[in-house]
Amino acid sequence: MNLLIPEFALIISSLGLLMLGVFKKNSQKLINNFILVLLVILIGIIGVNYKDNQNFFNNTYSVDLLSNFMKITVLIAVIFTNLISSQYLRNQSLTRFEYSILILFSVVGMFTMISANNLIIFYLGLELQSLCLYILASINTTSVKSSEAGLKYFVLGSLSSGLLLYGCSLVYGFTGSTDYYVIANSFLTSGDALKFGLVFILCGIAFKISAVPFHMWAPDVYEGSPTSVTTFFAMAPKIAALAALIRFLHIPYANFYADWKAIIIVISIASMILSAVAAIGQNNIKRLMAFSSIGHIGFILAGLAVGTKQSLSAVLVYVFIYVLMNIGTFACIMCIHRKGAYFEKISDLSGLSKNHPVVAFSLSMLMFSLAGIPPLAGFFAKFYIISSIIEQKIYYLAVIGLISAVISAFYYLRVIKVIYFDQPVDNYDPVENIGIKFSLAVAIIFILFYFIQPSLLSNIADNVALNFK
Amino acid sequence: MNFPILSLITFLPIVGVIAILLAGGTDDQKNKFSKNVAILISIIDFILSLIVWIKFDSLNKGFQFVENANWITNFVSYKVGVDGISLFLVLLTTFIGPICIFGAINTIDKKIKEYLIAILFMQTFMIGVFLALNLFLFFLFFEGGLIPMFLIIGIWGGERRVYASLKFFLYTFLGSIFMLIAIISIYWNMNTLDIPTLLSSKIPEHLQYYMWFGFFISLAVKLPMFPFHTWLPDAHVEAPTTGSVILAAILLKISGYGFIRFSLGLFPIASEYFANFVFVLSVCAIIYASLVALMQKDMKKLIAYSSVAHMGYVTIGIFSFTKQGVDGAMFQMISHGFVSSALFLCVGVLYDRIHSRLINDYSGVVHFMPKFSLVFLLSSLANVGLPGTSGFIGEFLTLIGSFKVNYIVTMFATSGVILSAAYSLWLCKRVIFGNFSIKQDSNVKILDLDKTETLILFSLMVLILYVGIYPNSILSTISTSVDQSILGFAKNIPSTLITK
Repeated sequence: MNLLIPEFALIISSLGLLMLGVFKKNSQKLINNFILVLLVILIGIIGVNYKDNQNFFNNTYSVDLLSNFMKITVLIAVIFTNLISSQYLRNQSLTRFEYSILILFSVVGMFTMISANNLIIFYLGLELQSLCLYILASINTTSVKSSEAGLKYFVLGSLSSGLLLYGCSLVYGFTGSTDYYVIANSFLTSGDALKFGLVFILCGIAFKISAVPFHMWAPDVYEGSPTSVTTFFAMAPKIAALAALIRFLHIPYANFYADWKAIIIVISIASMILSAVAAIGQNNIKRLMAFSSIGHIGFILAGLAVGTKQSLSAVLVYVFIYVLMNIGTFACIMCIHRKGAYFEKISDLSGLSKNHPVVAFSLSMLMFSLAGIPPLAGFFAKFYIISSIIEQKIYYLAVIGLISAVISAFYYLRVIKVIYFDQPVDNYDPVENIGIKFSLAVAIIFILFYFIQPSLLSNIADNVALNFK
Repeated sequence: MNFPILSLITFLPIVGVIAILLAGGTDDQKNKFSKNVAILISIIDFILSLIVWIKFDSLNKGFQFVENANWITNFVSYKVGVDGISLFLVLLTTFIGPICIFGAINTIDKKIKEYLIAILFMQTFMIGVFLALNLFLFFLFFEGGLIPMFLIIGIWGGERRVYASLKFFLYTFLGSIFMLIAIISIYWNMNTLDIPTLLSSKIPEHLQYYMWFGFFISLAVKLPMFPFHTWLPDAHVEAPTTGSVILAAILLKISGYGFIRFSLGLFPIASEYFANFVFVLSVCAIIYASLVALMQKDMKKLIAYSSVAHMGYVTIGIFSFTKQGVDGAMFQMISHGFVSSALFLCVGVLYDRIHSRLINDYSGVVHFMPKFSLVFLLSSLANVGLPGTSGFIGEFLTLIGSFKVNYIVTMFATSGVILSAAYSLWLCKRVIFGNFSIKQDSNVKILDLDKTETLILFSLMVLILYVGIYPNSILSTISTSVDQSILGFAKNIPSTLITK
């Protein structure tokens, strides 16, 4: 039962903190700090039991290397999101205690998704997570855009959940079970019928990871939500949904490789191309990041479609590097404020190099890294994926992926162009918040110096991939 | 393990960058410090590479000073080494380094510290490209150079710098992805990316064609080869003078190096198969670019097009697969490194004084700047390929080499010599000679070369003449390695193909 400590700790503390928040006034800061410490401790707990492998509750909940890796990645994402957004929340007067607690609840949901080994548990985790996210998107009640984002996310999200649930019920109908192992074993008896379920469930998950053609919500929600929430959206829920997707494809649907490979490749190509082309016209950096994340998801899916251990490891490395790059980028975005007002237009970045050389340098390196230019970390992420694709000789996927990377390099370069080549605008406030500074430093050091010891991360990922299943 | 001198040469500029970044004090102090550091580092780097040259054993067939270290487990090792082919390109890079830094200190007035950092980074990446003995490492350095060059053009460039820098970046990036795919498929087919191992093993024939093409696209964009050359004139015109020098003198040489090392070494059958294709493109480049150069109004653009034409000789020489041809190509690259940097620096000198690059704005410069005119004339003549200058040896050898293989191509290529005489001499006639008339706002006295400029330009002149008169200084050292690559090439080609 040791392995379930993180989940229990999360549930108990989130309920407890909810009580504390209700009965004690102005406890926001306390709650926030408590959560931060809790999450750091959880990383330690998961890290200690990293290698353990066990199924719980009648095989419905499995803790293994993959789930541990993904949980740690989620925790890292959430911790850094908290660190970089504290000042933003204060400036935007969004300091409610519910905010942190909602995040904590959604982390519980994510953990459940990551470890779910049963369709019902998976759905439960997904819904718990999503409901928190709907509220978070519209947490800024004074902003019309935020409310719009929340509503849009809610309507589309419930639609996708409906699709997913329908898929689950189909699968249950044909196999008589929601257990992943049972489904996997009924491959022969109810073969083709299961494919219907597969398609619906994939639609539902594709929505959560904002893969084309279920990406429509992403730019609007990214733009409308408070930036701190956007930061959260860009990372944690996607990791969880990806983990669930990996497990779902490799356990119950392992025998349907040929079928889901085709679907995933189509989704992946569509995501990469759409994001590369659509992001060019964006003026808002949050929208840009939305399209950028769609492209990155496309790349990750391309890796998933290959279906080898090699590619699974590449996907894990990519996810981790993606998270670090996003932490850095959003930390930079949070730095662009003057007298409490935040700026989101790309043109607002003009001449940043003059007034904020460090932020400017970091942001441009992050952009280069997101574009996948060596020797930055982003290049290695793409490299591993492309390498695993070429190993399986799916050349067209590699070519399309890389060409879309070139096209998307254009809009990343445009940001750098605005930062370095354009005339400076007024000064922004200096960066004083220690959380932002720390997160930015971690992200930048990681992406700049990743090339010195790239095997460190990839060995861990290899290990996870080899021990999966 | 021996003293890691090659890694030291490669990463010394980064040490300089760190020193510059850590410097404290007022802005003036910082700038002064960074200038000193940059000069010092680049000169030490040059001296170190001279030591490598002195210790270099020109009869050794393999790679020398090899360093090998584990890097990415089971996949890539950090391996560097030098042979006759890369030695002179490294020397060229380390020699151009101090020249650029002197030039930059003289001419750049905004953000000099950042500029020096970018140049030092460039230096590391360029040296690394030539020294890397692992394809992945090669690619890393090859691509990494994009970032500083993009910033050099974009931040310190001329009016259309944004357009030029984006075009440069996207063109090269697009080209290089095909190389990346080729490199990865080499890995999955041969299970290694170690260049010496790959050179001695044989890649299956049916794969060679695709991989050759992947490398070709990437190298052809960077060379640049007709019809992928359009980024070059823009990049050259908009880049600051020293940026142009790096571009012309070093960046373009990476492709020539890549062709010799990879196209010839790894894919001999495909190279043979595509040789005529390359010949046609090279001849197009020579004639077309020369004709375009004739019509340019902007001096920098003229030199840029002449670079395209001269690189045409390099590819003709390499793909003739003869000793003379490859020798000539190597020589042409080194000579072009000197000549084009001298020419770009000359244009820079004029631009600093009059702030115009248009040919029509100048006439009779010789009356006021005799020293400058001497240098300009000499480098133009070297550009033409006048016997006694380095340009002659390169063109002559490549043409001899290609004559053996394909005289029609050689015939057309030779016409490029005349055309280059036409545009270079015409340029000299219009700018240097004639009655003195320079468009300018005030009657500022136009000064001749100052001390730094004299030092830079005359050292280049000395080298142009020295290697032109005594080419053996280079040829004797590269001979063994070139023989080796030609031999390795011939060994892999079925005898039926060679006799033609």
